[in-house]
Amino acid sequence: MTRTITDVVCPFCGTLCDDIEVIVSDDGKKLLEVDNACVIGTEKFLHSQSPDRITRPRMHQEDGSWKEISYDEAVEYTAQMLAKAKKPLMFGWSSTNCEAQSVGNEIAEMSRACCDNTAATCHGTSLIAIQDVGLPSCTLGEIKNRADRIVFWGCNPAHAHPRHMSRYSIFPRGFFTGKGQMSRKLIVVDPRVTDTAKMADMHLQVAQGQDYELLNAFRVAFKGEWLPDEVAGIPSEKIREAADILKSGRFGIIFFGMGVTQSLGKNHNIDEAIAVTKDLNDYTKFSIMPMRGHYNVTGSGEVFAWQFGFPYAVDLTRGFARYNPGDTSTIDLLTRGEIDAMLTIGSDPGAHFPISAVKPIANMPSVCIDPHLTPTSGVSKLHVPVAFNGVETGGNCYRMDNVPIDCRKVVEPPEGMLTDEEFLIKVRDRLKQLKGAA
Amino acid sequence: MPLLEASTKILLIVMVRIAVNLISGRTIQQGVAIEGGKEKPYYREAAGIIEMDRSDLKKLGAWKNTTVRVTSPYGSVIVKAVETAQGPHPGVAFIPMGPWANSIIDPNTYSTGMPTFKGTPVTLEVAANEPILLGIELVQKLCGVKTE
Repeated sequence: MTRTITDVVCPFCGTLCDDIEVIVSDDGKKLLEVDNACVIGTEKFLHSQSPDRITRPRMHQEDGSWKEISYDEAVEYTAQMLAKAKKPLMFGWSSTNCEAQSVGNEIAEMSRACCDNTAATCHGTSLIAIQDVGLPSCTLGEIKNRADRIVFWGCNPAHAHPRHMSRYSIFPRGFFTGKGQMSRKLIVVDPRVTDTAKMADMHLQVAQGQDYELLNAFRVAFKGEWLPDEVAGIPSEKIREAADILKSGRFGIIFFGMGVTQSLGKNHNIDEAIAVTKDLNDYTKFSIMPMRGHYNVTGSGEVFAWQFGFPYAVDLTRGFARYNPGDTSTIDLLTRGEIDAMLTIGSDPGAHFPISAVKPIANMPSVCIDPHLTPTSGVSKLHVPVAFNGVETGGNCYRMDNVPIDCRKVVEPPEGMLTDEEFLIKVRDRLKQLKGAA
Repeated sequence: MPLLEASTKILLIVMVRIAVNLISGRTIQQGVAIEGGKEKPYYREAAGIIEMDRSDLKKLGAWKNTTVRVTSPYGSVIVKAVETAQGPHPGVAFIPMGPWANSIIDPNTYSTGMPTFKGTPVTLEVAANEPILLGIELVQKLCGVKTE
């Protein structure tokens, strides 16, 4: 016999789809089938059932082999490492729940650590821009029900947020958008003819790295002022045509992604995109939203901001929170060689940082808390496998529009495995003893 | 014999190297691979590639699915050159996000905390006999981590 669990939340991307159906065995120990999720989400649920999964912590040995150790030994190593380090770094947090993040922050305060989340390599520059100029935003529900002008700028949801378009942005029939796709105009700005661009009413194939110029040209076009014949590889008539499409809508939204945050210009590109949104509000109602990647990177920013006052790149080494991207941000700290111990949780810097920032991790005491085998676990001294958050344990997460949604536990983790939060609580309690604060 | 030697030399001289602008980002195959297990060969198939415009492949004088060496001021990596499905984008090449792209992208953050993952000038040359490493293996090798 099997049973079906409905309204399950998918822990893959920031879209945080909450309509997944999961079929589990009657005893709740085996996950058998996943319905409604995209191909990536399905893989995430099913991979938790992999027979070759690592279920106990492992220490990397001198000869290159791995030795299985108990969770208690792993707690001891982690607590000792953090207690001894002068400037430890606690990085990741985006693939775990807010409860674990909050325990992590207690540990960070006690060990005077630098803490950062994966915004370091996705929307960190957006956060800088938001602090500079603000962000007129909305929820995905408003977009579904009202938006008739959709812009995807430097993002490719067909690949990165596969169900975003069917649930919120292009296809759904909302209250004021009853004809679904027919009631919306889609503009995609991307240097490649992405699978998202192929669906667009208009694709502007911007010259790579010239987003700022094109955004600025839009602001000129709104006002009907002079433009050169071509800006960022786009003819001025096409820019004016796109500008008119945007101005003529009832409610529009600009979604932006790594194309603008990671290209040169960085936070200034976002400044300008927000200024475009502001200008459009002279003619109609417009909002802007970052396409957040990890399913709870938004939550990590929220928890950091709520507890320390800053959404990422927080430095607690002086006993109070400092924030200065470029100085207190992870990639810079690592490449400058300032860090002497590293704890990674819910992310994979080994795969997603420039290699010059990964090399230092391999040469310091390091712990990687991750259910998967990853390049980070491969270069860390200790690998602590944990239960899959959102599959084998629940917890609070934030969708890309800052709406908190509780993830659900659908299946039991393998016998004796801890969750992120349980492991961190043990580390916190041991660290308290070591610091004499019990 | 002298004639054969001469022709070999000519072959070496015509080894083509082309310059392109490298960007990196998500693909759905890469997404499936990271959730399915980064230790598996499918991760290499999904992200150990460089998606190139047909015209750039022609300039390089390479067939589709040829192994190439991609070199930037920050490093060099061996990947498989495939024809892009999201083109045309002449002059721009794409390596899905992952250890292969991150072996060569521009790590400068310009005081924002964010490396320059998009817009690294690189050169490409055919490296038909070089092995393409698995994801974890590549990072361990570049970091000098001892493995069994």
